[in-house]
Amino acid sequence: MHSENKPSFGLKFAAIGGLLFLHLPILLIFLYAFTTEERSYQFPPPGLTLKWFAVTWNRPDIWPPLYLSLKVGAIATILAMILGTLVAASMSRARFFGREQIALLIILPIALPGVITGIALRSAFSVMDIPFSTLTIILGHATFCIVIVYNNAVARYRRLAGSLAEASADLGANSFQTFRHVLLPNLGTALLAGGMLAFALSFDEVIVTTFTAGQQATVPIWMLEELVRPRQRPVTNVVAMVVFAATFFPILIAYYLTRGGSETAGGGK
Amino acid sequence: MTSAVSFAKVSRHFGKVKAVDQVDLEIAEGSFFAMLGPSGSGKTTCLRLISGFEQPTAGHIRIFGEDVSQTPPNRRSVNTVFQDYALFPHLNVRDNVAYGPMVAGVPKAQRHAKAEEMLDLVKLGSYGDRKPGQLSGGQRQRVALARALINEPRVLLLDEPLGALDLKLREAMQDELKSLQKRLGITFVFVTHDQHEALSMADQLVIFSDGKIAQQGSPEDVYARPNSRFVADFVGSSNVLSPDLTRALGGPAKWASLRPEKTMLAAPAKAAVKGTVTAVRYLGAASRVVLDVGGNEIAALVPAGQDLPVQGAEAGIAFEPDALHVMEREV
Repeated sequence: MHSENKPSFGLKFAAIGGLLFLHLPILLIFLYAFTTEERSYQFPPPGLTLKWFAVTWNRPDIWPPLYLSLKVGAIATILAMILGTLVAASMSRARFFGREQIALLIILPIALPGVITGIALRSAFSVMDIPFSTLTIILGHATFCIVIVYNNAVARYRRLAGSLAEASADLGANSFQTFRHVLLPNLGTALLAGGMLAFALSFDEVIVTTFTAGQQATVPIWMLEELVRPRQRPVTNVVAMVVFAATFFPILIAYYLTRGGSETAGGGK
Repeated sequence: MTSAVSFAKVSRHFGKVKAVDQVDLEIAEGSFFAMLGPSGSGKTTCLRLISGFEQPTAGHIRIFGEDVSQTPPNRRSVNTVFQDYALFPHLNVRDNVAYGPMVAGVPKAQRHAKAEEMLDLVKLGSYGDRKPGQLSGGQRQRVALARALINEPRVLLLDEPLGALDLKLREAMQDELKSLQKRLGITFVFVTHDQHEALSMADQLVIFSDGKIAQQGSPEDVYARPNSRFVADFVGSSNVLSPDLTRALGGPAKWASLRPEKTMLAAPAKAAVKGTVTAVRYLGAASRVVLDVGGNEIAALVPAGQDLPVQGAEAGIAFEPDALHVMEREV
């Protein structure tokens, strides 16, 4: 006799309802990228058209934010990958008093509300007389990107740094050879996954960006500003689809890269 | 003849913890040497001192006469089979085995040929293309062995080599390690907490207790003539007799060891010492009968076929005069 462990109808209904509630709005955003009505989001859309893609392509004001977002995301991710890996390397190896507290400090930026990080950075930049620019946005994003990379790398490191690194040294490898032939190949997917997630987070970040940006706008900020204006509304939806693709696919890839292992793939901000 | 490994007053302290304390040790070349002890006794730290993953806080370690106290692990002529095998998960079996020659700069064709040779040696000839994750525990152990042996170490270190294997595999592997060591003629040093493993494989063994050597000698020697209560109890769970009891049994007033298998049951009337049977455990080839003799527990191994007393019955103890081993040390 086997146990009846099937979920009840009510539970299934609630689960499906929950998923729809979460994901239907996303589908609606896609739908309104094709609507012929440009001033309001009426349902159902009066007609469907592809013209907003051309309109978006030809709007000069969308290109600088897109370029800025890509630049900020790329540089913040590279910074985070270098620093996050180094922090993970030292934290997984070191045993000292206060280590747990420092580990907590490292992951704090992702646990803190964005406004706090934002205000803290803004006042720090002001105190140090650093003008708000692309650089300050990058630094702001790097604070939480490092955490993502760190989280991915530290779990993998913990497994590696012990006996695998020792086995390599035992067989005659120097530290550089151990890093090149053992640590890096095993860390590779974790780093790539961390980088992908970090980029995705940076690309759609609004709060910290608002506090650390000067006059410039990244894509999400541009979208916020665009929503207030009544004209050419579907353009925002087309951009939203781009943002969706730019963040969804890296996260998906990161998920598959880290699937087999038990390491943390990241955590939403 | 210089020893393969020699420790001169070697200590390794971690803060206040004396993991290894003032140890003098000589491991003869070509021996199969066991370091036995309960966990935390310092045996693994000793192994790591030989491999170079720990540095002594005091004293000198020599490998074939050369002081290696300051030599990093990658420049020592010893290799290790790790307890968890530590195979590189991203490399296949052949590249795992060929890792040592690879970092030494041996060309690919040559090192792969050598790796295949080593895999044949451990009977894994056709497994070169597999990944470690596709192997069983016993196979992984053989790969770890081949990988450690490819560098032709003068001393092979094995950290709890059989700990992760099931009983049957463990016994087969014991024989195999032993014959491999004979064939290669190099010194094997292995760490274990399992006294059966140490007794059956080693030709010399040392027993650690609290960072110090409790006793060193051949397995027969240590088993028959433990020098302390600790060794008597740890190796072969001997009966440890208090000075009073030893005297009652006809010996001097000192601690003594009496092996259960050398202890026989006798009719209470004829025996010098008698007690009450508290437990009878059937073990197959023999039964273990435990007696309570004036507050001391004494176990006797009764071969199958003989009459067994029932629990609560009176029984006497008899033994050959030379079975009682008096221990000089007080601990």
